[in-house]
Amino acid sequence: MINIIYTVLSVSIISAFLAAVIVIAEKYFNNYGQCEIDINDGSKKISVQGGSSLLSSLASAKIFIPSACGGKATCGLCKVIVKNGAGSLLPTEEPYLSKEEINSGVRLSCQIKVKSNMKILIPEELFSIKLFKARIEKITQLTHDIKEFRLSLIEPDAISFKAGQYVQISTKPYGKVTESVTRAYSISSVPSQSNIIELIIRLVPGGICTTYYHNIAKEGDEIALSGPYGDFFLRDDAKDIVFIAGGSGLAPIKSMILDIIEKGLDINMLFFFGAVSLRDLYYDDFFRAIEEEHPNFTYIPCLSMPLPEDEWNGEKGLVTEVFERHVSNGTGKHAYLCGSPGMINACLASLKNKGFKEENIFYDKF
Amino acid sequence: MNQSPAISPLIIFFASILTSNMILSNFLGMCSYISVSSEYKTSSGLGKAVALVMLVTTAVNYFVYHYIIIPLGLDYLRFIIFIIVIAATVQIIEMFMDRYLEDLHSKLGIFLPLITVNCAILGINLFMVIRQYDFIQSIFFAAGSGLGWWLAINVLAAIREKISKNKLPQGLDGPAITFIITGIMALAFIGFSGIFTVQ
Repeated sequence: MINIIYTVLSVSIISAFLAAVIVIAEKYFNNYGQCEIDINDGSKKISVQGGSSLLSSLASAKIFIPSACGGKATCGLCKVIVKNGAGSLLPTEEPYLSKEEINSGVRLSCQIKVKSNMKILIPEELFSIKLFKARIEKITQLTHDIKEFRLSLIEPDAISFKAGQYVQISTKPYGKVTESVTRAYSISSVPSQSNIIELIIRLVPGGICTTYYHNIAKEGDEIALSGPYGDFFLRDDAKDIVFIAGGSGLAPIKSMILDIIEKGLDINMLFFFGAVSLRDLYYDDFFRAIEEEHPNFTYIPCLSMPLPEDEWNGEKGLVTEVFERHVSNGTGKHAYLCGSPGMINACLASLKNKGFKEENIFYDKF
Repeated sequence: MNQSPAISPLIIFFASILTSNMILSNFLGMCSYISVSSEYKTSSGLGKAVALVMLVTTAVNYFVYHYIIIPLGLDYLRFIIFIIVIAATVQIIEMFMDRYLEDLHSKLGIFLPLITVNCAILGINLFMVIRQYDFIQSIFFAAGSGLGWWLAINVLAAIREKISKNKLPQGLDGPAITFIITGIMALAFIGFSGIFTVQ
């Protein structure tokens, strides 16, 4: 009996001693004091306690860099340009950075630690990113696998974003999923409506986040979101815009179209929406109604594989093919694309063939 | 088992690189050896980190064993105590490197947490006790074993990089061919056995 107590006691004491050594060592080695982070050449300066990652240090100062993996170096979204104070490139960052990015000082902010004063450059828009608490007001089934989520913002109660930008929403652990995940979704509502935003989420088989929002989340739930993010937003210096969307890629495009109409901008809009068959088409009546009311807006839905029972008289074929049939000359026109990488790549090629300039093509791949 | 005071530290050093190589004759530390050996650059980093941790933890555990475990009569607990000492030491080495040896940390840092559970490290510490090495012998033993581990994983990685460009029978690709290569390497290392033995 004494033997057992003796054993347990000695192991505990040794462990406790080692734990104490580690704690002291951490206090000593990991104490980098107050470090100053200079953002965008002095446009903002923050002072943080050194020792944690740049991503979390910035978050503690309410500057949110986009990050979908939460600091595990698996998403590669949290890129910032570090002018000095970051140390050498880490093996964990390398896979996410191109040669040009490495040369211009791009780093993953979740991997580098704040150890000294730093100078960094981040896109100006990131300053306006905030964390929001929101409530799911309404869930509408749009197609068999796409739902629209209407969220009302609770705190802060208003968001200011450009049409086309996205927010990141998180899930709570459910079923066998023990972690909370964060995913990005474009806002489909108009920017002028600042206290309510709408998201369009397509159920991806096996997707952690989409399954959560389709099957677990219900009206009245409170969720956390952050935003607005992204450089896919409307530039209003065009006279002629071609919009091409596929599947749930309609979300940012809808926001842009509504924004243009609401502001009364004198822009000719041509909107191609690609779906597989009639059951994948949504907001059809909505856009047809806009088309009737606004002569500067043309809506062209196209089905790539209409079923016989669809009795489809509209455009058939891939959205790229339909686009090529309708647009003959792209000189001076702008194009906004949102959809799967396959669709975007195909569209980019035919846009260039039609004479669209590269700097006038904007797209969001997902 | 040898009563060791007679063995010169230098012999121990070279023997643990060549004739009683941790991987090729004791088959210790296989998990990271197999899984992190597909690229020469990374395996070299891992090898160096293992060598460093072996050396430091052996030195620390030598004192822990002789000045804490033996006086307290806790010999039967040496497994557990060695493991927690290794874990704590690795943690402290990482913090130290992160602060003062930034370049080294950026190269070896990601491997350190992996090594905490590497059985070669624990193996060295236990052999040190079983073979009754004194402090100098233990240090040479650890340094040699570390070097041997680094050598073995580098050779394997070099071979695997060469092989990766060739076609393999489907079932052999990956760990299977790696084990076969390791076996042949072990056979080759037997060639050194005439030089000296320590076990």
